[in-house]
Amino acid sequence: MAATDIARQVGEGCRTVPLAGHVGFDSLPDQLVNKSVSQGFCFNILCVGETGLGKSTLMDTLFNTKFEGEPATHTQPGVQLRSNTYDLQESNVGLKLTIVSTVGFGDQINKEDSYKPIVEFIDAQFEAYLQEELKIRRVLHTYHDSRIHACLYFIAPTGHSLKSLDLVTMKKLDSKVNIIPIIAKSDAISKSELTKFKIKITSELVSNGVQIYQFPTDDESVAEINGTMNAHLPFAVIGSTEELKIGNKMMKARQYPWGTVQVENEAHCDFVKLREMLIRVNMEDLREQTHTRHYELYRRCKLEEMGFKDTDPDSKPFSLQETYEAKRNEFLGELQKKEEEMRQMFVQRVKEKEAELKEAEKELHEKFDRLKKLHQDEKKKLEDKKKSLDDEVNAFKQRKTAAELLQSQGSQAGGSQTLKRDKEKKKYLHPPWLSKHWPTWLPHQSPALQSVVFPGPQSHSPFSEGSKRRYLMSFPLASSLALSSYDSLKVTALKLCEKSATSLFTPSPAHKTRLLEKTA
Amino acid sequence: MDPQRRSPSPCSSRPASPRTPPCEMLGSVGIEAVLDQLKIKAMKTGFEFNIMVVGQSGLGKSTMVNTLFKSKVWKPTPPALGGPVPQTLQLHSVTHVIEEKGLKLKLTVTDTPGFGDQINNDKCWDPILGYINKQYERYLQEEILITRQRHIPDTRVHCCVYFVPPTGHCLRPLDIEFLQRLCRTVNVVPVIARADSLTIEEREAFRRRIQQNLRTHCIDVYPQKCFDEDINDRILNSKIRDRIPFAVVGADREHLVNGRCVLGRKTKWGIVEVENMAHCEFPLLRDLLIRSHLQDLKDITHNVHYENYRVIRLNESHLLPRGPGWVNLAPASSRQLTSPGPVKVCEWTQDDSDDEF
Repeated sequence: MAATDIARQVGEGCRTVPLAGHVGFDSLPDQLVNKSVSQGFCFNILCVGETGLGKSTLMDTLFNTKFEGEPATHTQPGVQLRSNTYDLQESNVGLKLTIVSTVGFGDQINKEDSYKPIVEFIDAQFEAYLQEELKIRRVLHTYHDSRIHACLYFIAPTGHSLKSLDLVTMKKLDSKVNIIPIIAKSDAISKSELTKFKIKITSELVSNGVQIYQFPTDDESVAEINGTMNAHLPFAVIGSTEELKIGNKMMKARQYPWGTVQVENEAHCDFVKLREMLIRVNMEDLREQTHTRHYELYRRCKLEEMGFKDTDPDSKPFSLQETYEAKRNEFLGELQKKEEEMRQMFVQRVKEKEAELKEAEKELHEKFDRLKKLHQDEKKKLEDKKKSLDDEVNAFKQRKTAAELLQSQGSQAGGSQTLKRDKEKKKYLHPPWLSKHWPTWLPHQSPALQSVVFPGPQSHSPFSEGSKRRYLMSFPLASSLALSSYDSLKVTALKLCEKSATSLFTPSPAHKTRLLEKTA
Repeated sequence: MDPQRRSPSPCSSRPASPRTPPCEMLGSVGIEAVLDQLKIKAMKTGFEFNIMVVGQSGLGKSTMVNTLFKSKVWKPTPPALGGPVPQTLQLHSVTHVIEEKGLKLKLTVTDTPGFGDQINNDKCWDPILGYINKQYERYLQEEILITRQRHIPDTRVHCCVYFVPPTGHCLRPLDIEFLQRLCRTVNVVPVIARADSLTIEEREAFRRRIQQNLRTHCIDVYPQKCFDEDINDRILNSKIRDRIPFAVVGADREHLVNGRCVLGRKTKWGIVEVENMAHCEFPLLRDLLIRSHLQDLKDITHNVHYENYRVIRLNESHLLPRGPGWVNLAPASSRQLTSPGPVKVCEWTQDDSDDEF
């Protein structure tokens, strides 16, 4: 491949070539401006000051709108920052304005750490921009720049000097942001006091080495006005959103019994100067200073902290790529380690869980076995009981057959005795109480009934229905059959009684009802 | 690894988020004064513009540059009679400061004598690509320094004017190859050189054929369609796109025509006026390059082409690519010495329009 030969003829000190005609690149600034207009501008203001110094009111007055927000209370536990973004449009210029306000500044009893949230917030904005810039795929041109461009520091109008809190905070902020100190609520100070106050403040700032923002004086178009304004720092401002009729114009003012303070009157306060400086003359410069000075400083410190260097100890130029690589490998290694750890932890946890589950399973099995055993025991007991009952039934049956046998033997022994026997039998088989209750033509020789209803020859006493039933109930299988037949028989008996009451026997009404009751 | 290139829109309108309520302003605040502030700042810092002209020798590149900037930027080098044709493709750069109405413009013109002049023109675009990438690399190195300068000197090529020889037929394979490769890296504006050898009808036919060729081979010349932001831009740019490539004639001699002094070429059959729209389209080219789209060229170079380069460079830094003409500004580490990286002719894949603009 052919080697490249690049001959650069001029470095610095290029010769100026005269133009023979109109080329037309003087429209370049217009092209630039058009592009910027279509992109839109953004401007971020930070208002630092104690509660009640009129920060929100001043913002409203500056931008001629009513930004919403309620006044903060004095009971905040720490300093917080409240940020709001608004879209302002004037003719064809769109401005994305972000106003950040400290809430609770100077309200605590111990104010040592009051400046920390503010510094952290500013650093966070720088960090966000740096991260975006360091990204591999970045979209810097559409990135919403949230870095603070101007910090308005509100000084309380004591008339004496700066408070120590102010000094400390400003000292911490001066290397991070453009500070513009202003004296708030300056309608509380008289003119002579004001000049003394301003001198005192500036001298204190200088003696403490606080770098406040100086309006640029290098460009001749704005050098003059900026120079004079620099002498008026810090501006004594008054904010007001109320409009009063003064003369024949409506203007923003504050009304007191002793007079009216006009906000836009240069003799009354420096509000107009502040607006000029902040917005109309130096907005672009504020943004540039933020980007080229404060942000670069932050970036340098941050990158050095991260370990990047421009030259290594051998004073050979370090390549950022190499450091990137090293960091990247380190990072990957860390990630891998973490992954390993996590995997191990996961495996351990899984094992533990498994053990637990196994235990639970074992327990369940044991319980199941226990219950099964119980169940079997119960079943066995019931079977034993059943067996014993069956034995009793058999014994009873045997006794009955024995009794019958005896009876048949008795009848064989004496015929004369037969009648007697018969009578006895009859008496026995048809005891008087039964003949009353039981019609003779009804089958009374069913063996089940006999064996059940008629007890052994020992007892003669009549059985109540209840006891009979109870007796029947102790023999489940046989008894149910007997009971049902017994019940059905009883029912039919009653019916027949009803039918032929007079022919067979006339039960007394009381008796009849008793029967009916008992069968019911 | 085939790098994927993403081309986001260089500048988009502010996103409307519910967080930012539009506010009514009751009086004049003075926000529009920021435009004047911008202008003042721009005038103070000055402008830079880097242009590269590519084409075979004898197509009138140097004359064209002189005509564009109305000054003797280049001394046109007549081909040495009987002298040896330079064996290597050389790139010459000159920097001048031109001033108009208080505005200073630092103009750098890079010429490529010897392009396409050899018998075997294979890979003749590599030195050019290498040069362009080297400028990006230089800017990148400046940008990633810890303590960097307030204003990084911008040597990146903002625009590359490609001279198509007036054959009247269609684009040659060399042209197609070159345009394909360069369109991904830099803004390319093709022009039909020496258009006074074509009649108006031939010009139109040639132009249509070239446009068709460009479409067939998916070559996206400036102004790229995908970077049109709003409807106005699109209308304006489609008018321009309709006329690309411009048929231009370069001249740095003045002649008297109808009592006026005009730049033109005098021939036996008449004077070709350079600034006459009926004769050639030089005014269109000048307006595009200087009067209306100069800032846009710079923006697209910075926001799109440079970012693409940066992405690839940072992604591949651990692979240590060795593209042709790539100058390694990093000190050699032991790893580099032991394993020589493969010579890669980077294949750019085309990105389809599924990106958000």
